[in-house]
Amino acid sequence: MNLEVNNLWVINVFGHEVWITETIFNTWIIMAVLIVLAVIIRVKLRNFKVIPKGVQNLTEAAVETFDNFAKDTVGDKFSYIAPWFFMVFVFLLTCCLFSVFGLRAPSADWATTFAFSLATFIIMIFMGFKHRKGKYLKSFFEPNVILFPINLIGEIAKPISLSFRLFGNMLSGTILLTLYYSLTPWFVQIGIPAVLHAIFDVAFGALQTYIFVIISFMYVRGAVE
Amino acid sequence: MQDPLAFVIAIAHIAAALALLNGVTTTFGQAKICSQAIESMARQPEASDSIRSTMFVGMAMGETSGIYGLLIAIVMLFANPLVNTMVSYLG
Repeated sequence: MNLEVNNLWVINVFGHEVWITETIFNTWIIMAVLIVLAVIIRVKLRNFKVIPKGVQNLTEAAVETFDNFAKDTVGDKFSYIAPWFFMVFVFLLTCCLFSVFGLRAPSADWATTFAFSLATFIIMIFMGFKHRKGKYLKSFFEPNVILFPINLIGEIAKPISLSFRLFGNMLSGTILLTLYYSLTPWFVQIGIPAVLHAIFDVAFGALQTYIFVIISFMYVRGAVE
Repeated sequence: MQDPLAFVIAIAHIAAALALLNGVTTTFGQAKICSQAIESMARQPEASDSIRSTMFVGMAMGETSGIYGLLIAIVMLFANPLVNTMVSYLG
């Protein structure tokens, strides 16, 4: 029963060791799938009709739904950050579906989720400085100067808790299914794990992805207002 | 106490079990959030979508401290730094 992230290759780049782990390889597979899907949709959008139907209809529905969701949460003026979070949403959703196929989801590794939440943190600080320039820094000293360390710790806790939420949910799903597969005989491993996958991997993973995106939007809104 | 490594590993397992005791208050917190959401949906069914979204965000916030406990338990069992230190110290 192996719950660790396997190391597949070790390559040497300019004298430094780079470990190609299972997470990186699975991320490449997901990237390939999503790029092929995007290219297929782009090719099918060449004959653009004003009244959409088919693939164009689906694509427009998805993008418009997410755009309206971003406008509702962040506000009209700042909803230009929506495409980045649409990418995060689609990528993390594909990660959840990925673990149904027996491979380890990349978001079950803290590195992936910490990278995404660090990106959210950088976007939050950038939007704060861009739209509120000096007053964003002043808001750390806001009620009283003595509260500055507490405000600082609260800001640093945001990306950490954001990353741990998604990582903990995906890791617990992976552990549960690994335990199930390693402790049961072969004839109960055929149809029944599909229910466990559907609940613990897909449903909870999708919910946590939605939570990740909506909490990111709320952090950005808190930084610009 | 004859075998210090076995003692450290045993204490690590007990610590992992104790770390999950925060699940008690997590359950009560999430139940209160959900019960208030259901009650307000019954009072005003047309705001039901908005209440449902807010309820999910509130449940995720409450779930976070439960996950911190699970994280400590997993670190205790599988990546315990003190056990690794003892193993490298004993040679």
